[in-house]
Amino acid sequence: MKSKNKENIYWKTNIKYVSILLFFWFVFSFLFGIVFKDFLNQFSIAGFKLGFWFAQQGSIYVFVILIFIYVKLMNDLDKKHGFNR
Amino acid sequence: MSIQSWTYIIVGITFAVYIGIAIWSRVKSTKEFYVAGGGVGAWANGMATAADWMSAASFISMAGIISFAGYDGAVYLMGWTGGYVLLALLLAPYLRKFGKFTVPDFIGDRYYSNNARLVAVFCALLVSFTYVAGQMRGVGIVFSRFLEVDINTGVIIGMLIVLFYAVLGGMKGITYTQVAQYCVLIFAFMVPAIFISIQMTGNPIPQLGFGDQLNDGSSVYLLDKLDNLNVELGFNEYTENTKSLVDIFAITLALMVGTAGLPHVIVRFFTVKKVSDARKSAGIALMLIAILYTTAPAVAAFARTNLLETISNKPYVEVPQWFKKWEDTGLIRFDDINNDGLINYVNNEKNELYVDRDIMVLANPEIANLPNWVIALVAAGGLAAALSTAAGLLLVISASVSHDLIKRVIYPEISEKGELAAARISAFFAVCVAGYFGINPPGFVAAVVALAFGLAASSFFPAIVMGIFYKRMNKEGAIAGMLVGISLMLFYMLKFKFDFFGGGDSSDYWFGISPEGFGTIAMAANFIVSIVVMNFTSPTPYRIKEIVDNIRIPENE
Repeated sequence: MKSKNKENIYWKTNIKYVSILLFFWFVFSFLFGIVFKDFLNQFSIAGFKLGFWFAQQGSIYVFVILIFIYVKLMNDLDKKHGFNR
Repeated sequence: MSIQSWTYIIVGITFAVYIGIAIWSRVKSTKEFYVAGGGVGAWANGMATAADWMSAASFISMAGIISFAGYDGAVYLMGWTGGYVLLALLLAPYLRKFGKFTVPDFIGDRYYSNNARLVAVFCALLVSFTYVAGQMRGVGIVFSRFLEVDINTGVIIGMLIVLFYAVLGGMKGITYTQVAQYCVLIFAFMVPAIFISIQMTGNPIPQLGFGDQLNDGSSVYLLDKLDNLNVELGFNEYTENTKSLVDIFAITLALMVGTAGLPHVIVRFFTVKKVSDARKSAGIALMLIAILYTTAPAVAAFARTNLLETISNKPYVEVPQWFKKWEDTGLIRFDDINNDGLINYVNNEKNELYVDRDIMVLANPEIANLPNWVIALVAAGGLAAALSTAAGLLLVISASVSHDLIKRVIYPEISEKGELAAARISAFFAVCVAGYFGINPPGFVAAVVALAFGLAASSFFPAIVMGIFYKRMNKEGAIAGMLVGISLMLFYMLKFKFDFFGGGDSSDYWFGISPEGFGTIAMAANFIVSIVVMNFTSPTPYRIKEIVDNIRIPENE
């Protein structure tokens, strides 16, 4: 019973991490790169219109970072629950 | 040394390496054949996944497509990378924990039904065959353009190479050749990109050079210049959208979800040692893919600027050497309609120039006057990209037949040795079929490859995600969802791409969404149908819920 409980906590924490990271996944690609592109294009950084930059560059960098954050969070979580044999 | 001798040398060396790896990695068991024995390290799998994923289309065509589409090209850039976030967070670790050999394995076991397994096999074969035909064609095209052999001879050479390492080494041979192929293709893509970035902007990093000021003393920003040039010629501003944002949204999502649902990508995560390696190698794979995917839009912008500046409104008699050379291959066509001797490249009926999108990568080194060895490198890179993807797809096809159909459904008593022989024989036939389609490409291949993502999005993705995250989902729900999803996708594709069911044009699109983006709608339909049907049918058995509990937790392997 105790181990069932441990597994439940592990799974709930995992779901929380996944939800938060997918929220950022959505914001940086679909919102910044598509929905709010025209608005963001008023601004420019390093010669790029901002919305265009998110669509063709920025979102991809964010994707890579999100996966590595997840790797780190889950490795720590595995260790905490002793699932890291 | 001539381009051709350089090409023979560089392509020859890479092929020798691939064959060497094949001989070194001969396999003796089905586990080695299907999943490389489950002993691949995170870095090796990351590199192999990146090569597996980046096809002839990514290497040869994508920068060109973006070059002509401008902002709209973002659907491919985001769509074909964002899917890895879904893979890493929602699929890869759990499928690794499940620990079988194929995607239909998971669907069949999780939904306790051979019917579900068969639906999955059908979807896997449909997706993989449409995809692989395009790869073999890509091999033939690269051979014919750079080595001046016949396209068909090129396809046959490519078939023999893939046959050698896929049949001998299975997944193990494929994995380690893909590692080598990643190195070849990324080097071949980056070298010309860096050279051109330095030439045009003085910045050696293409990702930054792309936003920089031009090197011609005008201190105008490259993208501003490109926007102006485009507008002058009657095209849309380069950094603005031509498709509707709704459609762009739908296509991006369909490509992302489709990427995460492609069986040849998913099976790569069955090959790693442990669950944490599955997550890590998804991150490494995307990082390695991102190197090419963030460079491609820069190459696109450089190439378009270069093209417009050297060609547009210039006298035909003064065009550079490369123009004539690529004219011979039919990839560039000039037709002097108004007989003024100038090349009028405009976005209306007065246009006199046709430029194939593949030119942007294939001819880029020549346009920028780079040395011959760089041009040869591009040929080797294109071949590496096409061969690595073809091999991954062929393995999915052979495993679907020998494992999912023969071992799991038709003849479960088959011995280990018998199954391995069956796997090799089906790999052999799959290569032959792929080669046949490479030599006689059905006209619909190009249209269907893009739609393979819609098919994967509307069938596998919902079934797998609910299989992991929604314990209550039962076999009736999953089967109904997959059938409705894939039928709806096929229907929409046939209606708007092939004029079946009364046809229609873009004004008839549902919700203004093109067939490329329709995977999003079909996927939503899959989810909804699954959940509705589940509520009216018998609950998931207890033992299945235990399987799901087990795959959610890493250890206990």
